[in-house]
Amino acid sequence: MKLHLKTSLTILFSVLILSFIIAILKGSVDILAKDLLLKESRTILVLRILRVFTAIVVGSGLSVSGIVLQSIMKNPLADPYLLGTSSGAGVGAVIATVLCISSIYLPFAAFIGAIISVIIVYSLAKQNNKINTQSLILSGVIVSIALSAITVFIISTSGSETLHSVSWWLWGSLQVYDFGLLAVVTAIVLTGVISVYIFSQDLNALSLGDEDAVHLGVDADKVKRILIIIVSLIVSSIVCVSGTIGFVGLIIPHLMRFIVGPNHRILIPTSCIAASIFMVICDLLSRIIMPPLEIPIGVITAVLGAPVFIILLRKSQTVR
Amino acid sequence: MNKESFLIKNLSGGYQSGLIIKDISFAVREGGFTSVIGPNGSGKTTLLRILSKVLQPRDGTILLESEDISKICLKDFCKKVAFVSSDIAVNFPFSVWEIVSMGRIPHLKRMQQEKKEDLAAINAALVMTDTAHLKDKSLDEISAGEKQRVFIARALAQEPQIVLLDEPTSHLDIGHQIHILDLLTKLNREKKLTIIMALHDLNLASQYCDQIILLDNGKIFKSGPPEEVLTYQNIENVYRTTVVVKENPLNSKPYVVLVPSDCKK
Ligand SMILES: Nc1ncnc2c1ncn2[C@@H]1O[C@H](COP(=O)(O)OP(=O)(O)O)[C@@H](O)[C@H]1O
Ligand SMILES: [Mg+2]
Repeated sequence: MKLHLKTSLTILFSVLILSFIIAILKGSVDILAKDLLLKESRTILVLRILRVFTAIVVGSGLSVSGIVLQSIMKNPLADPYLLGTSSGAGVGAVIATVLCISSIYLPFAAFIGAIISVIIVYSLAKQNNKINTQSLILSGVIVSIALSAITVFIISTSGSETLHSVSWWLWGSLQVYDFGLLAVVTAIVLTGVISVYIFSQDLNALSLGDEDAVHLGVDADKVKRILIIIVSLIVSSIVCVSGTIGFVGLIIPHLMRFIVGPNHRILIPTSCIAASIFMVICDLLSRIIMPPLEIPIGVITAVLGAPVFIILLRKSQTVR
Repeated sequence: MNKESFLIKNLSGGYQSGLIIKDISFAVREGGFTSVIGPNGSGKTTLLRILSKVLQPRDGTILLESEDISKICLKDFCKKVAFVSSDIAVNFPFSVWEIVSMGRIPHLKRMQQEKKEDLAAINAALVMTDTAHLKDKSLDEISAGEKQRVFIARALAQEPQIVLLDEPTSHLDIGHQIHILDLLTKLNREKKLTIIMALHDLNLASQYCDQIILLDNGKIFKSGPPEEVLTYQNIENVYRTTVVVKENPLNSKPYVVLVPSDCKK
């Protein structure tokens, strides 16, 4: 028996608050709970709260993007990172930064990059008008590597001051640099997640198959196009504040499907909170494993996510 | 004289790679039970795809209660016409209740909660198909026969006037085949549901349907009541195999007997 929506939301929410508290107190220097309101700890407190906030935005956006891609491709292996969408967004954002475009517009430059990479991956994977799982993942990974190479090339040759390090773009970080940008990104991700939630029942129908969705009155082609654009927007804006962070969109939806089932009306809200918890914890780990050094958060999500990917791949092969 | 539910005039259509359905015309009366038969690749599935608005026709018209279906928006169309496939690969293990409630999509706006009448339609569909006891089970926990009944329940939850089915019995043993067709007959009689179904098995078509459409290579070879369509000449011409057609002693419908090559002499 799957968990009920209210029960699972309550449990998840409590865990989120717990991890929020731990994440604020712990770090390269620990704050004691009784010192929380002292003046000396204020700066560090604000920074940590912002990090947790970023973790929630990034986690929710990435998990919802994973859910959408998995449902419209009927494939639990789909993920914006593995399909090259994140890397495409990265290239767009890096180019825009080099061209000194104001940071507020970064998400839109990233969006152009993301859409171009989606088109390339799709046309590479398409054979006789059919898209097969293995070739989709393969072309996603290849395009992703090529686009990351372009990112590295631009960063290392530009000498731009405003660009973050190569490792920031490729492996991500939740460190907040630019409040204006974070506000824009939050607005885009929030709107995107709510829009996707409105399409919950369409996503249920689409995950049965495009033809079956049409039989239920869902215009599959149109809805899929809208959803891909929403997901590209979400992913592109996230890349602008946190770089590319992989596997979140893969692990969390998989875990939550296991716990609450595949119904998107329940899966979407629960995954958002679960992914927020996951990101808060990964960010905490990135700060406390080797202080004062910070390990890029993408390294941690990859270490946790790669085994899940392999298990899923094995499972999908035995089914076929 | 009964009204026509579907009226198909000079219909042609297919895929980018080629025209499959060529100049087909037929009518299905309201409350009729029609089956489409024909060899593999003769275009049965393609015809049903065109009739269900999955594919656009290349030429010709399809009238649903004298309205051109290309002018009806998809959601309104799906309130009248439901579809059951032969085998839906379920990638995600939805529960039976969730599957059947998707039948209400055409009746609801996005994010609209199911109202009393929607829940009533879902429950009635579950009861009619004898699947109410399965409602909390996941689709990968039930048998192929039960799964087929669940998808019929989903179609009924749409509260349609017409149900299209594509080989609904092809993955089932004879006991379950009869069970499904008896269920369809009951729905046809009691709920006045018009049924159009692609079928593999000539004898099932003969026993259950009042109209048979025999497709050969995308064209209608012959259509009409079973006694007119299922003659040994027609079958031998289309399927290129020898058969003997007898009369079922119970209801005097034609009964097709296969003839293996060693029996021919
Ligand atoms: N999606 C498709 N794209 C292109 N051609 C198709 C497609 N589906 C079926 N066909 C072709 O259409 C013809 C009729 O197929 P179909 O309608 O499935 O026949 P049936 O259901 O009677 O076995 C076949 O030659 C088949 O190869
Ligand atoms: Mg077929």
